[in-house]
Amino acid sequence: MSTLEIRDLKVAVEDKEILRGVNLTVKAGETHAIMGPNGSGKSTLAYAIAGHPKYTITGGQVLLDGVDLLELSVDERARAGLFLAMQYPVEVPGVSVSNFLRSAVTSVRGEAPKLRQFAKDLKAGMDALSIDAAFAQRNLNEGFSGGEKKRHEILQLELLKPKIAVLDETDSGLDVDALRVVSEGINRFRASADTGVLLITHYTRILRYVKPDFVHVFAGGRIVEAGGPELAERLEAEGYEQYTKVSA
Amino acid sequence: MGLNEKPLSTLHEKASYDLADFEVPNGREEAWRFTPLSRLKGLHNGKAAPGGQVAVHVRAPEGVQAEWVGRDDSRVGAAYVPADRVSAQAYASFDKALVVSVPKEAELSEAIWIDVKGNGGEGAAYGHVVVEVGPMAQATLVIEHSGSAVYADNVEFVVGEGATLKVVSLQEWDDDAVHVSHHHARLAKDATFRGFVVTLGGDLVRLSPSVAYTAPGGDADLSGVYFVDAGQHLEHRLLVDHSQPNCRSNVDYRGALQGEAAHAVWIGDVVIRAEAEGTDTYELNRNLILTDGARADSVPNLEILTGEVAGAGHASASGRLDDEHIFYLQARGIPYEEARRLVVRGFLGQLVEKIEVEEIRERVLAAVEAELSR
Ligand SMILES: Nc1ncnc2c1ncn2[C@@H]1O[C@H](COP(=O)(O)OP(=O)(O)OP(=O)(O)O)[C@@H](O)[C@H]1O
Ligand SMILES: [Mg+2]
Repeated sequence: MSTLEIRDLKVAVEDKEILRGVNLTVKAGETHAIMGPNGSGKSTLAYAIAGHPKYTITGGQVLLDGVDLLELSVDERARAGLFLAMQYPVEVPGVSVSNFLRSAVTSVRGEAPKLRQFAKDLKAGMDALSIDAAFAQRNLNEGFSGGEKKRHEILQLELLKPKIAVLDETDSGLDVDALRVVSEGINRFRASADTGVLLITHYTRILRYVKPDFVHVFAGGRIVEAGGPELAERLEAEGYEQYTKVSA
Repeated sequence: MGLNEKPLSTLHEKASYDLADFEVPNGREEAWRFTPLSRLKGLHNGKAAPGGQVAVHVRAPEGVQAEWVGRDDSRVGAAYVPADRVSAQAYASFDKALVVSVPKEAELSEAIWIDVKGNGGEGAAYGHVVVEVGPMAQATLVIEHSGSAVYADNVEFVVGEGATLKVVSLQEWDDDAVHVSHHHARLAKDATFRGFVVTLGGDLVRLSPSVAYTAPGGDADLSGVYFVDAGQHLEHRLLVDHSQPNCRSNVDYRGALQGEAAHAVWIGDVVIRAEAEGTDTYELNRNLILTDGARADSVPNLEILTGEVAGAGHASASGRLDDEHIFYLQARGIPYEEARRLVVRGFLGQLVEKIEVEEIRERVLAAVEAELSR
């Protein structure tokens, strides 16, 4: 059973301290929601865990099953079982979706998938997320709409089957139908194996489909309150004002 | 205009078959300032000893005539007059010219192949090729350069009315080769020219593709990919001279550079003369600099002498691999080296896709892979 342990994590961007000691443990089988105002550092947390070069770790640890992820390169972290669905997936010209996915699956599994099986899995994954088959030949994220990019993030999630998934605002920019399709994908992933999910969001609407076990309020670069699903409802009603005042 | 105080439209005016009309360049001239003259092995100053061994073989499909002719043949030099010292040296020095003729209205099922192979030897070799495509004919030509040589040549493409010529020129020279070449396309009314250049090998390659139009309706597409390794100097100098109304040109060159003293030069000159109303042109050069110590000089020049263009633009960008691209791929478990390979291959591959000869397309992609894993 996998566990992601974030211990007193401190992160700076260009000498500006953004995360000021984040503590959080996500176990397989659990879904944690992180909610917080704009600019509070939610994406910073996600990127820092994944190892984006822009973020400097100034303190703390991030352990996946006891292994310090911060000691690993970005690709090693992914192969160790971490997945980050990005808030703004990057467009990569000249690299086709199918080529990219095959390389990613090969890297994560440690061996190339059988071509026919892979084609089948890809087709099934795309169908389940209502992604047109033609996307496989398109350049990665290039010219995709916001919603299409998010669906592709979940497609990758389902194909790569990580131990722990961090989903950064996967719900933003989705219309009602897309939200349902994407949520179903996340739920399939949760049901498929013993996996942990850290779901970053502003809104409770995705939490109606993807039920969290824990809700954390993020403000000023740290977790300022934690509770169960009822906390999300309260945030929806009251907003973040009380927290932003405290942290300011 | 920068260092170049003369307008572009007058820069290429000097043209002559006579070597004596060109002074020996000293490296300060606009046309020579990027080229390391000391590595030209005397091609530019008359000091190159003759005797270089370059074998030219042509494979022409049925219906295409290929013949070796003397310099007195009226077709030789009919479309192109040398415009610089090395070009004039080549013109003055070649022995026999190869003339390939595609009859009017022919539609070739196979490509014409010209194989230029350097067999080493001391000294320089010179060549001249004329490819004529008759009215309404359609032809594809592959020119392959390989081996070791010091070689200067001029290639004339004469594309007849309504005809289409597609050319792929591969520079896959050995590491020590020096090659200076002019590829000139002359387009008749409604003619189409597709030139694709792939430069991978050689110590110094300086290739100057140019296009001229003799009537309206001409359409030229000039593409190129290059991969520059440590110590290599690969230079491409394009000139599109819009002197006729309603012609089109599109230039897209992309290169990747890696290693100490890898040097790419790209010059993109486009002139739209007063009479060339309705011209539509765009030129683009992009360089991906993969390591420290590599350098790309990229100079687009667009001179517009008419107020009536359909479109005219240029862009040039040279930079490092995008961290965000690499991060995204690595975040999916793909190791750095492979992520880099995917991105570079994608960058060049988007252009390579345009090569219409499948065999060549695959070979070029394989060659790019090989360069990347060096
Ligand atoms: N390159 C940078 N230079 C300076 N500050 C930065 C840089 N990148 C991010 N920041 C700052 O870090 C803080 C946290 O940003 P982050 O993107 O983590 O917030 P967030 O909680 O994800 O916000 P949102 O809800 O809008 O997605 C913000 O104040 C942001 O301006
Ligand atoms: Mg964010």
